[in-house]
Amino acid sequence: MSATAERVQTVDLASTPLRELNQRLHDQAGLDEPERHWRVLNPSGAHALACGVDAPIEIDIMGHAGYYCAGMNKQATITVHGNAGVGLAENIMSGVVRVTGSTSQAAGATARGGLIVVEGDASARCGISLKGGDIVVHGSVGHMSAFMAQTGRMVVLGDAGDALGDSIYEARIYVRGSVKGLGADCVEKELRDEHRQELAELLAAAGADGADPGDFRRYGSARNLYTFHIDNAGSY
Amino acid sequence: MCGIAGLFAKSDRIAEELGAHLEAMLVQLNDRGPDSAGVAFYRDPVPSGGSKLSLQHPDEAYPWDALAADAAEALGAHADIEQRANHCVVRLDVAADVAEEWVARAHPEVRVMSAGTVIEIYKEVGLPTAFAERFRLSELSGSHALGHTRMATESRVTTDGSHPFSTGLDLCLVHNGSLSNHNRVRKDLAREGIVFRTENDSEVAAGYLMWRMREGATLDQALEGCLEDLDGFYTFAVGTADGFAVLRDPIACKPAVLAETDDWVAMASEYRAIATLPDADRARIWEPEPATVYSWDRVPA
Repeated sequence: MSATAERVQTVDLASTPLRELNQRLHDQAGLDEPERHWRVLNPSGAHALACGVDAPIEIDIMGHAGYYCAGMNKQATITVHGNAGVGLAENIMSGVVRVTGSTSQAAGATARGGLIVVEGDASARCGISLKGGDIVVHGSVGHMSAFMAQTGRMVVLGDAGDALGDSIYEARIYVRGSVKGLGADCVEKELRDEHRQELAELLAAAGADGADPGDFRRYGSARNLYTFHIDNAGSY
Repeated sequence: MCGIAGLFAKSDRIAEELGAHLEAMLVQLNDRGPDSAGVAFYRDPVPSGGSKLSLQHPDEAYPWDALAADAAEALGAHADIEQRANHCVVRLDVAADVAEEWVARAHPEVRVMSAGTVIEIYKEVGLPTAFAERFRLSELSGSHALGHTRMATESRVTTDGSHPFSTGLDLCLVHNGSLSNHNRVRKDLAREGIVFRTENDSEVAAGYLMWRMREGATLDQALEGCLEDLDGFYTFAVGTADGFAVLRDPIACKPAVLAETDDWVAMASEYRAIATLPDADRARIWEPEPATVYSWDRVPA
């Protein structure tokens, strides 16, 4: 490793405006030699931390983040060393967003790619309208998680709240613990070898490789809602 | 939108600095509610048999000492006053219901914001930051306090439409959200004799709690009744003489964070308000479950 690669940019939000931090992070987009390592001090629940980053860099947020942290992320690996507020990694495109604590509602909403790892719990509406991203929650998720999830995967090592996967399209949900209730058109499905394989990969990527894929149940769409009837195809 | 902050002191140090801490929390919630702000402080209890009223008059030059002299004459009671901007806390050595009834009759030009033995309510239109300065919140100590920053959705921006709403002796309510069936519930409650000052939805929630408790419900039972009888979005925080309670509707769109250390219990719409408190980074932090009543009481020493 060269000396440059080990250099860490430290930004203290107790003295630096949030917009300045986000601008400096945005400025890394397209650079041949971006600053690879960033450390953010005193986040104190600020909103929109490290939103819209588009560079292969690592960002460590040393404390609790507020709303919409790491939204729209591309390429970056962002770790929140604490909890995160509403809308963590909303519409993430690629990269990895990891939270060592718990997150509030709508974590990974409309995520299109990348991986979101929550080491604690995620609350209501985790993975709402998931569009291709992957979410692994080491703890439990709240009610209405994976609501209208279109594609992508959500893995829950703990329990799921009520109305899991309501009106789900083609996303796949894996839950190890109990499910309080399934939403409309969401059903349990057979866990086949291809799913165990997929689960093993996701668990390894999320640092949960101690978990046995065979302990999970798979949930997905029964494809019985209006949108799935071929007679209605002309309406779209 | 709206913002809520609640702080319950577990140590003497936090109790002493309660106002300064609540102010710091409210300032963080400025942009969740720039229309008006209000607080309820639980502090400085009156001796047994006495009462405390929080009164308000739009004119800061209102002669509160004359009102106190009137009270002394009419009620044969000693009256102490402490003015804070356009509010005044009056301490009397008669029961709260007697004092409140007398003010309503003898001084209808004055609004009664709260009545009881320990509660004080201050609320006004304007930015929370300006409110905190004008009402000198940082001077106040107390056992616990609730604050609210309002972004109006359901009714006009007025002093009466600001939170907290009194819901009975030593009780108050703050609300983040919007109720959809408040007009029907207001009519039902009006038939039960509950009086409303505004078209505000949150005042209906306060009136609902007042009615349920008047009919014999405990605070927890009254809050559980909200889940059945109130439609809409809400995070409620209710202040009581001994503590506070929190309830979120079953959908739980409106945020709430709870945190606790050895020195305090705090509730806020967002963590950034809690982040202002001492040792917040070492607090136990969690999000209250939907449709679940949480409450804290001061355990007598």
